[in-house]
Amino acid sequence: MARLLEHKAKEVLAGFGIRVPDGYTASTPEEAAAAAERIGGDVVIKAQAFVTGRAGKGLIKFAASPAEARQHAQELLGQNAGGFPIELVLVERKLQIERELFAACLVSDEIAAPVAMLGSRGGSGVEAMASRGEAVLAKRPFDPEDGLDVRTAAAMAEECGLPTRMHSAIAEVLQGLAQVFLEKEARSLEVNPLAVLRDGSLVAADCHFSVDDYAVSRHPELEIEIAREIGHPATPLEKIAAAYEETDHRGTFYFLELSATGKKLVGFHGAGGGGSMMSMDALVRHGFTAKNFCDTSGNPSAAKVYRACKHILAQDGIIGYFASGSGVASQEQFHSARGMVKAFREWPLCVPAVIRLGGNKEEVAIDILTRFLGDLPVPVEAYGKDDSAAFCAERLDVLVKAHPPVVPYECVPTARTEPAEQEYRFDIRTGSISFDHAICASCEGQPCIASCHAEILELVEGKPRLKEPAEESAHRCTECLACELACYNVGKRSIRIDLPIPGFEEYLAKRGAK
Amino acid sequence: MSILVNENTRVVVQGITGREGQVRTKLMLGYGPKVVAGVTPGRGGEEVLGVPVFDAVQDAVKQVGGIDASVVFVPARAALEAAKVAMDSGVKLVVIVPDRVPLHDVMKLAKHARQTGAVFLGPNTLGCLSPGKGVLGMMGGSPEAARKFFRPGRVGISSRSGGITSSMAYYLNKAGIGASTIVHVGGDSIVGLPHPAVLKLFEADPDTDLVVMFGEIGTTQEERVAEMMKRGEFTKPLVAYIGGKQAEEGTRFSHAGAIVEGGRGGYQSKVDALRDAGAVIVENFEDLPAVTGRVLAKVER
Repeated sequence: MARLLEHKAKEVLAGFGIRVPDGYTASTPEEAAAAAERIGGDVVIKAQAFVTGRAGKGLIKFAASPAEARQHAQELLGQNAGGFPIELVLVERKLQIERELFAACLVSDEIAAPVAMLGSRGGSGVEAMASRGEAVLAKRPFDPEDGLDVRTAAAMAEECGLPTRMHSAIAEVLQGLAQVFLEKEARSLEVNPLAVLRDGSLVAADCHFSVDDYAVSRHPELEIEIAREIGHPATPLEKIAAAYEETDHRGTFYFLELSATGKKLVGFHGAGGGGSMMSMDALVRHGFTAKNFCDTSGNPSAAKVYRACKHILAQDGIIGYFASGSGVASQEQFHSARGMVKAFREWPLCVPAVIRLGGNKEEVAIDILTRFLGDLPVPVEAYGKDDSAAFCAERLDVLVKAHPPVVPYECVPTARTEPAEQEYRFDIRTGSISFDHAICASCEGQPCIASCHAEILELVEGKPRLKEPAEESAHRCTECLACELACYNVGKRSIRIDLPIPGFEEYLAKRGAK
Repeated sequence: MSILVNENTRVVVQGITGREGQVRTKLMLGYGPKVVAGVTPGRGGEEVLGVPVFDAVQDAVKQVGGIDASVVFVPARAALEAAKVAMDSGVKLVVIVPDRVPLHDVMKLAKHARQTGAVFLGPNTLGCLSPGKGVLGMMGGSPEAARKFFRPGRVGISSRSGGITSSMAYYLNKAGIGASTIVHVGGDSIVGLPHPAVLKLFEADPDTDLVVMFGEIGTTQEERVAEMMKRGEFTKPLVAYIGGKQAEEGTRFSHAGAIVEGGRGGYQSKVDALRDAGAVIVENFEDLPAVTGRVLAKVER
């Protein structure tokens, strides 16, 4: 994720000459004890989690001995923080703090430039304290290329009323932070508290560091797993989604689990930034809680939408499936419809679904959803641009009241399930397509050929094959999934399109789902 | 009148030979304004849809004369350089379409824009469109769709979401309400022409009676609009919808700019500030056309 855990953030600061406490990370109680031993004396054990106010939540503990450090680590590791388990603690030397300050760099959208900040007090709510006159908060914009100059930095120390003897040391820290901020392309970088020790030296006691999502690939040294702001460590399912997205750049697929414990949990499938938010808000107004956030937009392939659906369906405890975007999409909506049909029949869908695919070619999309999902034991309703997100949320409300989730049932998927008698198979960009030519022999219309968007199939001796040269036509496949659906439609089910998601089946097996 | 673009705007398309560049050039040629040149380094001398291609923006300016606006369709990582070059060549409005332009690149560009006296729309924008006159960017997709979706009128539209820009214009149009200019300010944290800057332009436009704004959590744009209204710098009626009520702090749901950080940019603070300044807040997106119609009727009476 595009945020660094405290220990990683401190490692970066140290690399730029900013002092941080001596410390080591530990993922087991034994490692924590060993770290305390190495440091010697009093230590602090800090849970590495993306939650604010850790001290108040008991996620920061003090220990006077390695044995005590071990015990605290034992309690912290595996504990739930913000809905997610703690996997790592940071064991640090306990500081003898004389005074706490606040130092930060962030981006001001108002002046479209970076801003450095220095607070005369540390701790939480420094801005609120400043507005009440209980603290001074000095703010200065700085140049996005040249950084913060020493005079400006010293003037900030002056404004905060800090003793003159401290000015140069403060200026050095502020300049260092600005340099880290620019070189690592941070969104925000906050040292709170910036500790003043008895000997007058300055130490970054804690650090909040988030990097611009769009610059993450320019900074492999930061070892960020998912280039996206998330308020929690990436979950296994989020990691699977992100890893897949890295390999397939057609459109956008983004999946985020919300630590939702609310009532009326719903699988949410949005399209487009603003439309997704507006649709999720409509859900909330009807008393639902989105179990996840998901966005497939920017003209994604049907294969990508299919994979997105599977992530949403894999979540426990949902009572409905809600898909809705801005309502007037420019992407051809039948791609999404085909992806949904394949996923819903294959999984199969066990909760009512309301799908709003408004915009370009919505009538085709609605027809596909209605025709190919009408036989499921749970209702699936499809709507277009003239039906609002609020209306669709209301429909879902009506449907979930009348149709509680059903147990997994036998559902005929769109793909062939039997091994092929005469297999004709080729690889496509993110998977493979397999025909059973023994079945094709009895087919009269060959709708697969006519339905193919990329027009890469032709009839050879009564059977569909790739146009020659095959190695060139196969990769022109747009993974529109039309051939499989057309084949299913005529009752043949000769075609099987496999679209694997690396790590997904393993995840399900581990979780014991399905 | 209208803002940012009209039928006489002279445009250069940077990245005209690329897939997106070509498709959207077709849109601009078919709908307006005047596409007078294209630029792709190394492809000078070619033509795209009858538009002459040059190696550099300077060459285009030299050959075809004054250029009012550039529309940039280069990859995100190349957007900063492309936009700087356009500004250095005297282009005063640069529309940056690509998504995923790094934040620090945008800050560098903002500095360059200040130095050269230029402005930019985006990044991550569909552009802007004055119905019946012209489009900069990709709004509408094709000339036919643009003609069908958008009709001329007296409502200015400013939106932080591309999809919502289209749907707002469509639903307003369906209710018989036309637009003076439709602006997608872009979905990122820092954009060249945020809501306050766009509203300032609408304030000065005699053909805009009212503005409809789609705001979102994150950034200070909506709060600053409220301040402008209180200071009397924006005096026309404002109808606003704010998205992102459910979003939790510190998590980015959709656009790069749609994130609440350090308690700033939350849903309620925006709604409160705007309401306090006299804006009409629409809670249900689908009520937007009806509410806009009512407010507009009062203005035009």
